[in-house]
Amino acid sequence: MSKRLVLFMPLVAIAAMMALFAFALLTGVNPQEMDSALEGREMPAFRLTDVNDSQRTLTEESLDGEPYLMNFWATWCPSCKFEHPYLNSLASEGVRIIGVNYKDDRELAVTWLRDYANPYDIDVFDPNGDLGFELGVTGAPETFFVDSSGIIRHRFQGPIDSALWENKLKAVYDAME
Amino acid sequence: MRWSNRLIAAGLLLISLFAVAEQETLIFDNDTLRERYLDLTQQLRCPKCENQNIAGSNSPIAEDMRNKTYELLHLGYSDDEVVSYMVDRYTEFVIYQPRLNWGTVWLWLGPVLALLLGALMVTWLARRSGTEPPDELSDDERSRLQTLLDKDS
Repeated sequence: MSKRLVLFMPLVAIAAMMALFAFALLTGVNPQEMDSALEGREMPAFRLTDVNDSQRTLTEESLDGEPYLMNFWATWCPSCKFEHPYLNSLASEGVRIIGVNYKDDRELAVTWLRDYANPYDIDVFDPNGDLGFELGVTGAPETFFVDSSGIIRHRFQGPIDSALWENKLKAVYDAME
Repeated sequence: MRWSNRLIAAGLLLISLFAVAEQETLIFDNDTLRERYLDLTQQLRCPKCENQNIAGSNSPIAEDMRNKTYELLHLGYSDDEVVSYMVDRYTEFVIYQPRLNWGTVWLWLGPVLALLLGALMVTWLARRSGTEPPDELSDDERSRLQTLLDKDS
């Protein structure tokens, strides 16, 4: 009897693997999804200028103080345009957002911020994507949740909307000190 | 061949030469660096496009990573250091060859364990069927068998 049980073991193993694959297939596990290497690490050092003032130098120390969201955006990015009004309303609710204009043109960025309102506490200009590279950014929009001691707590890829914020991201923001 | 045809052929050849030249705009200090660059860009996976290495992808992030690889190599980074630099920022997603750690060690141990388990199962099954003692024949059966064998020959 136990011998027969042993002979069934390979079949059980295959059934288990099929269950695993079915789970991945049916729940829509996204193979493109990639964790951030930066979560739990400090904001990397950088030296860039202000979008509105090319003479003003900004470093990681310019951002210290309170927790903030660091939002990577660009005028060439359609989802950023979609996201922008919601960022405006978050800012009006008192959420501190640092904007990083990513691989973009200064003139276009300034015009955009004038036309669509500016939700950003500080505007960092990153024309070559240097800060983006340090943070493992692959595109825009991307948003980092950074606490008051400059530690990155969470990274979100894609546009933020009210549903996402209420259901998931608000809790992450509120948990930061 | 007529002259006009030759002219067209020569023109096409010239165009194709330009097309090749356009891809190779990077200038390397030496050939070793060029080979290491080509090798590394083949090994690193584009974080935005699932199944392409950064050498084969046109996405902006792949281009940035190629430029960074070029820059780091000229700064004197070793191949391992370049890979670590990328992994530090873009996670192990960007390397095709997984690194050895407690999570990935099973990729190597798994097949060995499965083979061992299979071998154990086979030997166990073989031994169990081998050790069943054959039934002893009684004296009656023995003589019957003998008569049967005799009758056959």
